[in-house]
Amino acid sequence: MSTPPTLSEMVRAAREAGDINRFIDAIPYARFLGISASAEGGVLTARLANSEKLIGNPALPAIHGGVVGAFLETTAILQLLWTLESIRIPKTITITFDYLRSAGPLDTFARAEVTKLGSRVANVRAYAWQADVAKPVASANANFLITPADGE
Amino acid sequence: MAASKRLTIADELIRQYVGIIPHVAELGIETIHAARGMAIMKLPYQERLVGNPETGVIHGGAVTTLIDTVCGLAVITAPDEPSRVATLDLRIDYLRPATPQRDLYARAEVYKLTRHVAFLRAETYEDDPRDLVAAATGTFMFVRRAAARKGLAKP
Repeated sequence: MSTPPTLSEMVRAAREAGDINRFIDAIPYARFLGISASAEGGVLTARLANSEKLIGNPALPAIHGGVVGAFLETTAILQLLWTLESIRIPKTITITFDYLRSAGPLDTFARAEVTKLGSRVANVRAYAWQADVAKPVASANANFLITPADGE
Repeated sequence: MAASKRLTIADELIRQYVGIIPHVAELGIETIHAARGMAIMKLPYQERLVGNPETGVIHGGAVTTLIDTVCGLAVITAPDEPSRVATLDLRIDYLRPATPQRDLYARAEVYKLTRHVAFLRAETYEDDPRDLVAAATGTFMFVRRAAARKGLAKP
């Protein structure tokens, strides 16, 4: 009983409790960026809290493009973990980001959709917005390698 | 004199670029080399950047930030002094997981510069520049410094 829970067990516990944040809080980088999420009907909405340390262009100002990308990638991974039973943390094979508008110093939100689920690879699309969901600031298209939690 | 003056301008650009970006400073990303459309930067390994606590491997998002940053620096050091740089798109291929506890390096090169668009290739590695963690391609929009001074077109 003294061994800490595995990430797969944490995802399962988070799903049973209906609170993905139990899992997010176990990921140092997600905590560092200030990511949280809520679930509604199987679809997660992730939130990136506005913070001075995330700024990449102080003149505009705007959140760093890398941070926006990281937020999209995290949202895609969280949605995969939330959708699928018993998988390890998906590994990104390729990811493509399109930057559509500069992301101002505001809270940013994101959702992801699993567009194709194969036995080994999942394709996921994600988009992020700020004040207006109809005006996305960035989108991503990614392929992930997925592995069952109880085998190779 | 011309050569040393050019160097001074480049140094000033690099200093402005890395010194005043809060997120770059926060991550401790530093410039290793930058000149004429090519740049190398380093991201020190940090526990808070870990994406999988079971393995200690840093999150892909931190790699994205390093690549986006080094590409931006390569663009502003390209000929004709591009400024007001904005990422248009970025594709990253993950060839292998980063090694825990190791610092990451990224090298970016502008291989084509048009009037408003820079096309780049970038690579991420630890000790061996041939043993890649990630390979990337990106396109960046910019305006030329002379145009920016006159208050002309935004990117």
